[in-house]
Amino acid sequence: MSARTYTRLEIVRMFRDTRFVVFSIAVPLALFLVVAGTNRDKHLGGISFPLYYMAGMASWGSMVAVVAAGSRIAFERSVGWTRQLRITPLRIRTYFGSKVLSSYLLAVAAMALIYTAGWALGVRLPARSWAEMASLVLIGLVPFATLGIVLGHLLGAESVGPAIGGSVAAFALFGGAWGPLATTGTLHVVLEGFPSYWLVQAARVSVNQEWWPARAWIVLSAWTLVLGAVAVRAFRSDSVKA
Amino acid sequence: MNTLLNGLRRRAVDASHTMGPEPAVASGVVVSNVVKAYGAVRAVRDVSIRIAPGETVALLGPNGAGKTTTVEMVLGLTSPDAGTLTIFGMSPDEAVRSGSVGGMLQTGALPRHLSVRELVELVASVYSAPLQVRDVLSRTDLTDLADRRSDGLSGGQRQRVRLAMALVGDANLLVLDEPTTGLDVASRRAFWAVMRAVAAEGKTVIFVTHYLEEADAFADRIVLMAAGRCVADGSVTEIRAAVGTTIIRATLPDVEVDPLVSLPGVAAVERRGGLVELRCYDANGALSALLARFPQTADLEVQRATLEEAFLELTGPDEDVEGKP
Repeated sequence: MSARTYTRLEIVRMFRDTRFVVFSIAVPLALFLVVAGTNRDKHLGGISFPLYYMAGMASWGSMVAVVAAGSRIAFERSVGWTRQLRITPLRIRTYFGSKVLSSYLLAVAAMALIYTAGWALGVRLPARSWAEMASLVLIGLVPFATLGIVLGHLLGAESVGPAIGGSVAAFALFGGAWGPLATTGTLHVVLEGFPSYWLVQAARVSVNQEWWPARAWIVLSAWTLVLGAVAVRAFRSDSVKA
Repeated sequence: MNTLLNGLRRRAVDASHTMGPEPAVASGVVVSNVVKAYGAVRAVRDVSIRIAPGETVALLGPNGAGKTTTVEMVLGLTSPDAGTLTIFGMSPDEAVRSGSVGGMLQTGALPRHLSVRELVELVASVYSAPLQVRDVLSRTDLTDLADRRSDGLSGGQRQRVRLAMALVGDANLLVLDEPTTGLDVASRRAFWAVMRAVAAEGKTVIFVTHYLEEADAFADRIVLMAAGRCVADGSVTEIRAAVGTTIIRATLPDVEVDPLVSLPGVAAVERRGGLVELRCYDANGALSALLARFPQTADLEVQRATLEEAFLELTGPDEDVEGKP
């Protein structure tokens, strides 16, 4: 039994799906180039506009990349591939592990492209800041990878697209990926309860050399636990029906 | 054809000898009093089937007979509402996890963006002791297509890929749900040639089919299903005998159906106006009893039914012509 071969082929399969890869990455990248490119000399929140916007778009782009695993799962269920796998000794953890790993690789590709575009627009950071920013984003993506699995197992191939688009847009909006919604007051406290808020902050705190506060870890863990429990339930009930 | 079938039967017997007396191994596939409903639809009402290791069994029957549901329970895709299933002494889940099962489901597209070889490799990678991918490709006549992407394959080619995926794990039980549906005659023949060689290695094979001739030609045994039940179980000859494959027609206007059904040798009776039709498993006995009891019988006609007719008779939805238990 070789989980490596299985995972390798899962990754190869995803990256050969050119349209899937392009559309998962292209929109945030294009938006970044257009918006940040036309505002390269402006400042926002005390930092340069391209840096500010790069952090937001990298969060959004990587979020899209991992949640999009849900559309692959829903498609594979709808055509009967998941059932074919179920009658083999494939371990559930290999199945999920390969899905999460491949979508993380897509997220890394999305981030790398947006960071490169940011660098091209004049964003300069110490190497350590780039690394910290990227690592925190990767940690902050955990609840979103789980969300992708939940949507993929709860919804059909027809409804999963709008569900992914809608939920990612909502998380991006409330997280402040497209611009700050509120910096003080009750709304700000509510927004801090969204995992995407910390995903966006992950990019920004590394710039200001501040680590996540304890409540960031609590929010992210809570979302991961709840979504994880739903994912396991969805997968199990799915195996009875489908 | 006949000698080949006999050969297969002998092999099945031999296999049970060499397997020894251990119940877990000798048990093969055991389905006991299994019931499954989907809402109000009672897909499987009460099915019991015992399949010895090395045996090749056809599940034959019309749409809605419960064949696919039965197969899904054997594969652990669905759990029964009542009853039990064991595969080589294990639960279906355990059997699947231990790599004892390989299968071809009725529906199932191949994932795109992988070559034929990669697809077979992918399935091989999840089994602990798979066959060589190269050998399986050559056996299923896919060597020339190994580098082709699954997107561009014809229906027959796809079916060969799915067969290769079912075989590559070297599982002891192969479950095939309508494996040849949609294939032309030549592809079908090629498919069964491969399966015959696989069965000769001592694998246990369960396949679902609509085609009587396929079941007849390939299976050691036929389990005939209708409306969620097994209506017959045996070799083709046994099924022929059990069904009543001789039809006696006569004009007998004043007699009720019941006394006719109770005549010796009669399996079922149907009335069409003044005409009655007796389906008999013992034509001689039925004929003498009929003439003795109803001397007014007129326009007597005796006809041997084809196996196809027997099949339709047994599996037909009409409750009135259901055979005697």
